[in-house]
Amino acid sequence: MLSSYQVLDLTDEKGFLCGKTLADLGTDVIKVEKPGGDTGRNIGPFYKDIPHPEKSLFWFYTNLNKRGITLNLEAKEGREILKKLLTKADIVIESFEPGYMDSLGLGYSELERINPGIIMTSITPFGQEGPYSHFKATDIVGVSMGGMVRIYGECGESPCRISLPQFYFLGSLHAAAGTMMALYYRELTGEGQWVDVSCQEAVAQSLMDVSSWWDLNKVNIKGTGAWVVSPRPKPLGDLHVRRVWECKDGYVVFVFAGGAAPGMVASSKALVELANENGMALEIKDYDWSQWDATSVTQEEADRLMKPIADFLKTRTKAELFGEALKRSILLAPIQHVGELVPSPQLKHRGFWVDVCHPELEDTITYPGYPIKVSSFTYHPQRRAPLIGEHNEEIYIGELGLSKEDLTLLRAQGVI
Amino acid sequence: MKIADFSWVIVGPTIVRELAEHGATVIHVESHRHPDTGRVIGPFKDNKPSIDSSAWYAIRNANKYGISLDLNKPKGQDIAKRLILWADIVCESMTPGAMAKWGLDYESCKEIKPDIIYFSTCQFGQHGPLAHYAGYGQLGAAYGGFSYVLGQPGKAPAQLYNNYPDFIAPPYMVATLVAALLYRRKTGKGIYLDESQVEAGATFLGPAILDYVVNGRVAEPLGNHDPYMVPHGIYPCLGHDRWLAISVSNEEEWQAFLTAIGNPDWSKAPRFSTIISRKENEDELDSLVAHWTLNYMPEQAMQLLQDAGMPAGIVATGEDLFNNPQLKYRKHYVFLNHTFIGRHAYHAPAFRFSKTPYRLWKAAPCLGEDNFYVYREILGFSEDEISDLMAEGVITTTADISVLRPYR
Repeated sequence: MLSSYQVLDLTDEKGFLCGKTLADLGTDVIKVEKPGGDTGRNIGPFYKDIPHPEKSLFWFYTNLNKRGITLNLEAKEGREILKKLLTKADIVIESFEPGYMDSLGLGYSELERINPGIIMTSITPFGQEGPYSHFKATDIVGVSMGGMVRIYGECGESPCRISLPQFYFLGSLHAAAGTMMALYYRELTGEGQWVDVSCQEAVAQSLMDVSSWWDLNKVNIKGTGAWVVSPRPKPLGDLHVRRVWECKDGYVVFVFAGGAAPGMVASSKALVELANENGMALEIKDYDWSQWDATSVTQEEADRLMKPIADFLKTRTKAELFGEALKRSILLAPIQHVGELVPSPQLKHRGFWVDVCHPELEDTITYPGYPIKVSSFTYHPQRRAPLIGEHNEEIYIGELGLSKEDLTLLRAQGVI
Repeated sequence: MKIADFSWVIVGPTIVRELAEHGATVIHVESHRHPDTGRVIGPFKDNKPSIDSSAWYAIRNANKYGISLDLNKPKGQDIAKRLILWADIVCESMTPGAMAKWGLDYESCKEIKPDIIYFSTCQFGQHGPLAHYAGYGQLGAAYGGFSYVLGQPGKAPAQLYNNYPDFIAPPYMVATLVAALLYRRKTGKGIYLDESQVEAGATFLGPAILDYVVNGRVAEPLGNHDPYMVPHGIYPCLGHDRWLAISVSNEEEWQAFLTAIGNPDWSKAPRFSTIISRKENEDELDSLVAHWTLNYMPEQAMQLLQDAGMPAGIVATGEDLFNNPQLKYRKHYVFLNHTFIGRHAYHAPAFRFSKTPYRLWKAAPCLGEDNFYVYREILGFSEDEISDLMAEGVITTTADISVLRPYR
C-alpha cells in the first residue's frame, strides 16, 4: 500500500519490529547497521542451532522485508552520508539512549532542518525525558515496570513473566501506529514531527482493567494462576472461578460463567449437557445459568458447580473437547504450544503462513505472515532479512550516486 | 476523520479510541438490548454494577459520542446507513456474519458508499473453519500459544489475566487503517480490512515459531528464567508481597552486579565463576540474590542497581503505576469527569507527538448519552422525529434488568 515511502531504520533489537511492520505495509525500509553487523544478530534462537550473525532467527524474523546497509554513525563521514540519505527519506526510526542522537548532531531539530517533512520515531523503554529515562531495561525489567508481571503467576507466589520477550515488541508496534499517524498528518500539512514512544506506557495500557481497579476501588490485581478472581468487598469476599482446567492430555481454557454476557449462559449449559449425555455432572443438570451473578454468588455455590465440570473435563482430550466446543458453541479452547498452533487448519485456511527463500542457506523457511487481510492486496514478503551490508552497493552507488572508488575508500576508513 | 463505530468489548473500541485521541470524530453505536459487554464487567463505581458505572468500558471509549440504536429493527438499520453515509471509516468486532444480518457488512456499505474504509476484527478472522466460533480473548490466548509459555516448568499453565493478544491486535489495526487512508487519498479507492486477533498474537511469538519450524523446538515455560541470562528473575523485597526484577546479561554486568551488592563471599565460589556454572547452579544463585533483595524496598534496590548501570525494576501493581515517577512525568494518567462515575483515570497513548499532541477531552458516554446531539446535530432529525423513534424503541432508552448481572 505504501511503496512510495522510504524508512531509515537505525534501531537495535528494541525497535526492529516497528520497521518490520512498516515494511510489511509496503514501505521501503533500509536497516542501517554498524560496520560488522548489528548486536541484534547475536540474539537466539539460531538457524540449526548454529550461533552466527547470519543465522539468528530473531534477526531473520524482525528484519524481514528490509534492505540492509552498514554505516558508522560515530564517524563524521558516516553522519554526512546519513544526512544525504535523510534528504530522500520520509521516516527515521531509532532506539538509542535518549540524548545520543543529539550528541551526534542528529537530533530531531537537526533532521528537521535537513528535511522539514521528516518523521523521527524514537523508541525507548521509558521515553525521552523524565526520572527513569536513562534506566536500563531488559524484557523482564520492562514488563515488570509496566505492570504485566504482577498480574501473572500463582496465587500467593512470585509474580511471573511470559517466557518469551514482549516488552520491546509491544513498544515497537505502538511506535508503528504512531508513525503512521504522523505520516498521515504530514500528507495533510507537509510537516514532519518527532514521535516519542515509551514501551512502559505501551505495557501499562495493555493490562485490561488493572489501573481502573486501583483507581476506582483501591484493589491491586495480582496473578491468580489457573483462576479468575473477582475482587469483592467483605463479607462475601473474593470469588475464585477456575479458568484453566485439566483434561486427559493437557489443559483447556473454559470460561465458566453465566449471567449477562452473551454466549456464556448458553455455553455453560451446553457443556453441562455434554457431560450429562456421558452420564456425568447430573447433579447440576437443572442449574439456571442466567441467574449466575459474580457479585453475589457464594464461593461454596461456585465450587459446587465447578466440581462436576472438572471431573468431566478430565475424561476427555483437548481435541475431543474443542471439537464439541465448536459444534455446541462452548467457550472452551485448548492450551496449545507453538508446535500445535503451526498446523492449525484455521491459520492455514487464511494463508497466514508465508514461505521465505534463504538462498545462501539453500532453504525455504515458513514465517508468520501479517494478521490483517487487506482487500485487493496479498501479503507476501519481498525479501528475507538482509545479510550484513547486503545492499551497500545498490544503495550507496545505485541510489546515492557514490562511486565505486568512494565506497572502497569509505570501507577502508571503517565508515561502511 | 469520521468513524461509525459498531465495535465492542476490547479490540475494536481500543483501535477507535486511539484515533479519537488524535482528532477523529467517533459515534459509538450500542443499544439497551445489546449493550457493549464491557458495561457488565467491573470495576464498577462503588462496586455497584449498573449499565453506566463500569470503568472497564469507560477507559476504552473516551472521546466518543455514544448513541443507542436497535439494529434489529428495520428503522434502526436505515438510521445506521445514514451514519455510514456520514462516515469515512466503519468498524465492527462482532462474530462474523452478524453485520451482514443487519445489512451493514462491507459489501452492503460499499454499495451506498464506494470509497468507505471498513474494518472487522475478531478472534480468527472472517473466513475459515473456525471463523464463526465466537471467542473471547482468553480462548485466543490459549489457542494462540500464549498460555502455554506462562508458568513454572512442569506445572499447570496460568491464565493471562489481561487476555494479552487483545492488546496486540489494536496497534496493528491502527497502523494498517492509516495506511488504508493514505492509499485512499492517492487512489480514491476504499478498502476492507479483516483482522485475526489470534494471528496478531502469533506475530509476537515469531522467533519461537521459527525455532519450531527450523529446529523442531517447542518453547516451554521457564518461570522467570531465560535461556541467555543468569541471574534472571523476580526477587522478594522488604515489605508485604513486594518484588524486584533483575537480569544479568553478560560478564561485565555480573561484575557490576557483584560490586553493587557489596561483593559477598559466596560470589567467589567456583560454582559462580562462569556464566555456564552460574546457569548450572541457578536455583541456589536465585536464593542468594533473594537474600540480598530482602534487605531493601524494591524502589531502593532498583535505584541502587540502576546507578551501577544494571537493568532492574520494581514489579509494579496498579497502585505502583499511579505512583510511578516516570509515568507521572509523562502524565500517563489523565482524569476526566464521567457523568455517572465522576472523575476517574484514563490512559494516555504510548507515544507523544512533538507538534500535534493527543487530546483526551470527553469521558466515555453513558448508554445513549449523546443521542440528542448525534441524532439532531449530526444526522439532522427533528425533536419530534427523535421522540417518535424513542417511543417506537428504535432509539432505545431502557435497559433489560439481566444486563446488571456481571459474569465475573
